[in-house]
Amino acid sequence: MVLAERENLLAAGHRACPGCGAAIALRQILRALGRDTIVVSATGCVETFTSPYGMSAWEVPWIHSLFENSASVASGVQAALEFLQEKSSVVVISGDGGTFDIGMGAMSGMFERKQNITYICYDNEAYMNTGVQGSSATPYGSSTTTTPAGRASFGKIQHKKDMPAIALAHDVDYVATASIAYPQDLMKKVAKTKEIYGPKYIQVHTPCTIGWGFDSSKTIEIGKLAVETGLVPIYEVEKGKPMVVKKVKNKKPVMEYLKFQNRYRHLLKGEQKDIADQIQAICDKNIERFGI
Amino acid sequence: MIGAVCKAAGSLQYKTGTWRDNRPEVNDNCNGCGICETFCPDSCITIENKKCIIDYDYCKGCGICANECVRKAIVMREERK
Ligand SMILES: Cc1ncc(C[n+]2csc(CCOP(=O)(O)OP(=O)(O)O)c2C)c(N)n1
Ligand code: SF4
Ligand code: SF4
Ligand code: SF4
Ligand SMILES: [Mg+2]
Repeated sequence: MVLAERENLLAAGHRACPGCGAAIALRQILRALGRDTIVVSATGCVETFTSPYGMSAWEVPWIHSLFENSASVASGVQAALEFLQEKSSVVVISGDGGTFDIGMGAMSGMFERKQNITYICYDNEAYMNTGVQGSSATPYGSSTTTTPAGRASFGKIQHKKDMPAIALAHDVDYVATASIAYPQDLMKKVAKTKEIYGPKYIQVHTPCTIGWGFDSSKTIEIGKLAVETGLVPIYEVEKGKPMVVKKVKNKKPVMEYLKFQNRYRHLLKGEQKDIADQIQAICDKNIERFGI
Repeated sequence: MIGAVCKAAGSLQYKTGTWRDNRPEVNDNCNGCGICETFCPDSCITIENKKCIIDYDYCKGCGICANECVRKAIVMREERK
């Protein structure tokens, strides 16, 4: 893989919160893709903080239409490029709400049509742009404004949807998970999509200082802990090849991860502590299932 | 349907450095490894002549660079207004 030396395709002056994980993801993703790329974004934080009118931070062609239809817009862009016999990577960059929930049907159609598009979900595990509402990517036990922890509840009751498995069920050509805390791995995976013709899905774990409640300097530290505890498995599946999983030598107890974040604060002591044990069980299951 | 088109990198007009409470300062421990550049969310670090250069017009003072630098070459100091 040849990456242009520290090429930066996300201009300064964008309006993400200080320490935003999604902004870090954008910089790494664009570096791996290079200039010959057309990006389609769904409504969400990334779309909002990069595109006040006249002040776009994008240095590649970029289009936004609605919250639910980024895969459909990308499908049209890709079909047009194909007709014109022009070669450019067509890439969707959408949040977890736009991917796991409202845009899932459009994405499924794009996968079914076997279109040559890379769909990247930056997963900050809730609807952040509208004030931290729970999505189907919000993890079990985490508190959001629509899954609030309190005397009557321990936070989100449902488990996180396994979106990469749903993508795999479409028999797409490439599925990977990644984290901004491991930029070389992330950029390698994104660069690989340029060599594969067909639909591809990458899910990038992007800690959010505001929605998760941690100090802006800790974004990468938290991202690492999510992987080191086994809560967020990092792997890739190339069609016809066995899954490759990122191994973790010294696994950490999930409490190390939870204790840094306000969204899990209610699990640290008292009667809801057994929910933390259940989150540890999710990690243990991941470690076994993926061979982490 | 309403559409709008605008030019690339127009965001540079907006100086996010005014948001900053804490200022990252680079010291002599820096060897230009570039870890901080990879992790800066705000595209305001460049590596020149093996040294980290911070663009204070845009740095929001998040502190990620200082937290991730393994050589402790960045220290955060309160911004004096
Ligand atoms: C059809 C529709 N419903 C609701 C909204 C309001 N809305 C805008 S952004 C957003 C949340 C996006 O969440 P996500 O995709 O996870 O991205 P994030 O903001 O977390 O980056 C919502 C609900 C909308 N723009 N369009
Ligand atoms: S709310 Fe979270 S994802 Fe949105 S800009 Fe702020 S830190 Fe980034
Ligand atoms: S991470 Fe530290 S040593 Fe490396 S370039 Fe940045 S300031 Fe210098
Ligand atoms: S404090 Fe944050 S915004 Fe400023 S240079 Fe460091 S990482 Fe970039
Ligand atoms: Mg989200």
